[in-house]
Amino acid sequence: MNRPSKDMLTDFYTMMVRIRKVEEMLMEVFSRGEILGFLHVSIGQEAAPAAVCAHLNANDSISTTHRGHGWAVAKGIEIRRAMAELFGKKEGFCLGRSGSMHLADAGIGIMGANGIVGGGIPIAAGAAFAAQYKKTDHVAVATFGEGATGEGAFHETMNLAAIRKLPLVFVCENNGWAEFSPRTVHMPVESVTSRALAYDIPAVSVSNRVVEIYEAAGEAVRRAREGKGPSLLEIRCNRWHGHYVGDAQKYRGKEKVEEAMAEDCIADFEAELIKGRVLKRKDLDRIQAEVSAEVEDAVNFARQCTYPDVSEMLEGLYV
Amino acid sequence: MKETRYIFAIKEAMEEEMERDENVFLIGEDVGLAGGSFGASKGLYEKFGPERVVDTPISELGFTSLAAGAASCGLRPIVEIMFMDFVTCAMDSIVNQIAKMRYMFGNQYTVPVVVRMPEGGGLNAGPQHSQCLEAWFAHVPGLKVVMAATPHDVKGLLKASIRDDNPVIFIENKTLHAMKGMAAEADEDVVLPLGKADVKLRGGDVTIVTASRMVHESLKAAKILEQEGIGAEVVDLMTIQPWDRQTVFESVARTHRLVIAHEAVKQFGFGAEIAAAAAEEILDELDAPIVRVGAPFAPASYSLEKYYVPSADDVVAAVKSTMERTL
Repeated sequence: MNRPSKDMLTDFYTMMVRIRKVEEMLMEVFSRGEILGFLHVSIGQEAAPAAVCAHLNANDSISTTHRGHGWAVAKGIEIRRAMAELFGKKEGFCLGRSGSMHLADAGIGIMGANGIVGGGIPIAAGAAFAAQYKKTDHVAVATFGEGATGEGAFHETMNLAAIRKLPLVFVCENNGWAEFSPRTVHMPVESVTSRALAYDIPAVSVSNRVVEIYEAAGEAVRRAREGKGPSLLEIRCNRWHGHYVGDAQKYRGKEKVEEAMAEDCIADFEAELIKGRVLKRKDLDRIQAEVSAEVEDAVNFARQCTYPDVSEMLEGLYV
Repeated sequence: MKETRYIFAIKEAMEEEMERDENVFLIGEDVGLAGGSFGASKGLYEKFGPERVVDTPISELGFTSLAAGAASCGLRPIVEIMFMDFVTCAMDSIVNQIAKMRYMFGNQYTVPVVVRMPEGGGLNAGPQHSQCLEAWFAHVPGLKVVMAATPHDVKGLLKASIRDDNPVIFIENKTLHAMKGMAAEADEDVVLPLGKADVKLRGGDVTIVTASRMVHESLKAAKILEQEGIGAEVVDLMTIQPWDRQTVFESVARTHRLVIAHEAVKQFGFGAEIAAAAAEEILDELDAPIVRVGAPFAPASYSLEKYYVPSADDVVAAVKSTMERTL
């Protein structure tokens, strides 16, 4: 695989910043009561979606999780309409019915965030099955956390995908926490890769560096596209915030939180870009300002959108 | 029309729809090489190959959700669950995913999955192979629930379910698999409407609303009752979600008495919904209390099954109890 070009590195950076700024904005509007329900942010984990989705196009499918904003953004969701959805407005992709936890855009293969841990993994396998059935070279990506690997859905899908050689990439963001429980409580193995061995699925574990993830994901996506079957990619990352926004993380302790926050995939990548003379500080500042304006615009759009009417409650329940 | 058996009619419906539409495929445990645990897909693997008749590991959740994903990408899966009891392993898939994908995602996706499964007692197979769980699914917005009583109906309803763009829970009955009867030929292409009941027998004194195997028990009961001068009308719901209120209520408006008979446990069965709807909407048409027939509130006992599964005698007793009473 060729090393990523300057343009690609710039795109990675822009995407990572976009994901973070979208989620920082979501935390802000959530704390003001402008959006309701539960909000699960992935701050600290922006590298994985930015890197993996760089290999995908609009015909490829992806299933995401309750902590899935980053994946939707990286897959290319229009920020304005995504924000409208999180605000519960009709102009949102799901008519205001999904909010954060079920965000989907069928037009570009975002099959939906899932409120059921592991629930989206076999659904992505279904997209992979359809790609194989129709003899296309489309691939599907199932994203999940290491917590989901305790679910039957994960193991059943690994087994099915391996048997059928489905064009599916399992992407596990191992952020060390399954909701409120640390990895040691729910996994006897350190890495999810050892679970893939049982299904004869090639698996690799990488750090939270965007370029490293990009290269490993490239191999997995290529295998899927060439009909060689599924792969598993684990990204070892850190969850900065609680399970949901508002979670005081008493189970975790301040020290551990600070430790997690000390590892910042965006700050680290900035240092790499400057050191490697790819971008200058002023370029980074310009990108940040542009993305901030974009996110600000999306929020203003969402605020001006309309709430669905109660008369629309049953619309489209059946075809 | 030709004479066939219920189980062959299921196969013919799938075969004809797979021939008509290349996006239709069958997936489940032992559906391919083995031809289906009850033989419903015998010959389909040889005809359509492993791409379209998909044998799976024993993993109901995995392959049912896989079907959901495939359906949202334009395919039309038929999922076979070997025994209805095993669908419990796929409840996340059906209740949280399939039933909600269209609505929750703002109508962006259609999810035309048919999940076929045989229910009911009759094989002395005990508590985990005999259940009738249709009411669970009828309670979940977004699903349709179909129950077929005859070879003709199972073929026409299954074809309709495969062509429907909504998810359909398609419930067969194990004791009906061997039943002989007439069914449409391929070139007749009979497709029965979902949501429409069929009046299997006309009668003026009492309406028996029923479905699946209990249609036949109700018809037997009607014969016994006829000898005693009681005319029973037997309404086969065929679809229990959405159920055909118009046909049921019109019948009750003529007979003024209502009995509901199903094989499922009586408490919270679909009979409860129909009784409640009748009480809410047409109480003034009723001359006597509504009576329900269903299994006792217990698991199906291996040795006591013959006392557990409701029969024609139970329907006769229910009709008599309503005939003797007034409001």
